[in-house]
Amino acid sequence: MKGFRYLASVVTLELNAALCVGCGRCVEVCPHQVFRIEEKKAALADRDACMECGACALNCPTSAIKVDAGVGCASGLINEWLREKKLPGLKGSGCCD
Amino acid sequence: MRWLETEGGRVPQVTSRLTPADHLGACKARWGINRMNFLVPPGLYAVGEPDAQAPVVVTANYRMTYDIVRGALSGRSVWLLVLETFGINVWCAAGKGTFGTGELVRRIEAVMLSEVVGHRRLILPIMGAAGVSAHRVKKQSGFEVAYACAYAADLPEYLDNGQVTTPRMRELSFNWYDRLVLIPVELVLAVKPIAPVALLVFLAGWLLFGIAAATAATLAFLGAVFTGVAVGPALLPLLPSRSFAVKGAFAGLAYCALLYLFCGGNGWGGTTALAAFLALPAVSSFYTLNFTGCTTYTSRSGVKKEMRLGLPVMAGAVCVALLVLIAGRVLTWGMS
Repeated sequence: MKGFRYLASVVTLELNAALCVGCGRCVEVCPHQVFRIEEKKAALADRDACMECGACALNCPTSAIKVDAGVGCASGLINEWLREKKLPGLKGSGCCD
Repeated sequence: MRWLETEGGRVPQVTSRLTPADHLGACKARWGINRMNFLVPPGLYAVGEPDAQAPVVVTANYRMTYDIVRGALSGRSVWLLVLETFGINVWCAAGKGTFGTGELVRRIEAVMLSEVVGHRRLILPIMGAAGVSAHRVKKQSGFEVAYACAYAADLPEYLDNGQVTTPRMRELSFNWYDRLVLIPVELVLAVKPIAPVALLVFLAGWLLFGIAAATAATLAFLGAVFTGVAVGPALLPLLPSRSFAVKGAFAGLAYCALLYLFCGGNGWGGTTALAAFLALPAVSSFYTLNFTGCTTYTSRSGVKKEMRLGLPVMAGAVCVALLVLIAGRVLTWGMS
């Protein structure tokens, strides 16, 4: 995104080119222009720009894309960790409850 | 309410001109007032006088989203299919799965969309793609999904140029205004978890140092929260580093330095100054890190990494600050 970059080399996005049929859905749904079509196949143009929303994986008809998508705010993640440990969370703290 | 007769039954006709009451509702929601009840009933709506060939635009039932979309469609004849997202916007609802394949397919059947329109094409916001699987919708309902644009404001251009998405329509922005409108509700949401902590700071300060110091410490703490929630996000591109925790720490350091300069830092004494410069940036850092949930470009893995590295540092800084304060207090008692 213009003017903003987040941490480099952290995202879980994986593209299996062997499964790709080149439909271009990933290019269509990505709000950060992570993909481009090269020689009738999807390729990663800017992997670090990925925000792991999961739209590409969900819309890939051949499941060629994998990404660990989900809540990405600190309090949401803390609540998630607390739930995993079966501890009471901070209820009603925002959008991610 | 005016109604439009269609093959699939009567459809309510809505105006696309927003009234002052709509704007007031949006403004209140930005401050967290009636925000979770700011919704419209899901279903099919007619904007203008749509016919069987008119485009179908899909959106969420958060009232602010619905208002922005119908406002953007002003002067056109379009079907508006509103999904049940329980008053949540498209992006967050897609993340939760309520703006999703299942709800879209159910809603298409419930409103008998295939009777109302002759074509088989739906126009969806790009931010909805995180919840909707286009090929599954096609398989289950027969409707083709087109992800049109990221912002409703680009819908007129999209509809006018033969429903083709230009690269610009896919781009997200996160400018000053985009960030500033998010801050009021973040402040309101922060009040509840912060109030007991502030009370604790006040009581502990009162016991150890008296009421004047307790008041000062509580105000300094609340200022650090405000710096993390509001100042950090507002100044986001100006603060150094890509890490939100580091950005917040810098904002907190600047805030603490200003306090030191303008609130009699010379008279604080060594322990208080050290504690302030440790604890206040840590508090701001946490709250700016939490703003990653509101941005449109941070990844979950990145936030996890920041938390793994940052939370121990923040907690450590606060603990050391408390120890320094208590040790300083015990030493002065010992000497007096």
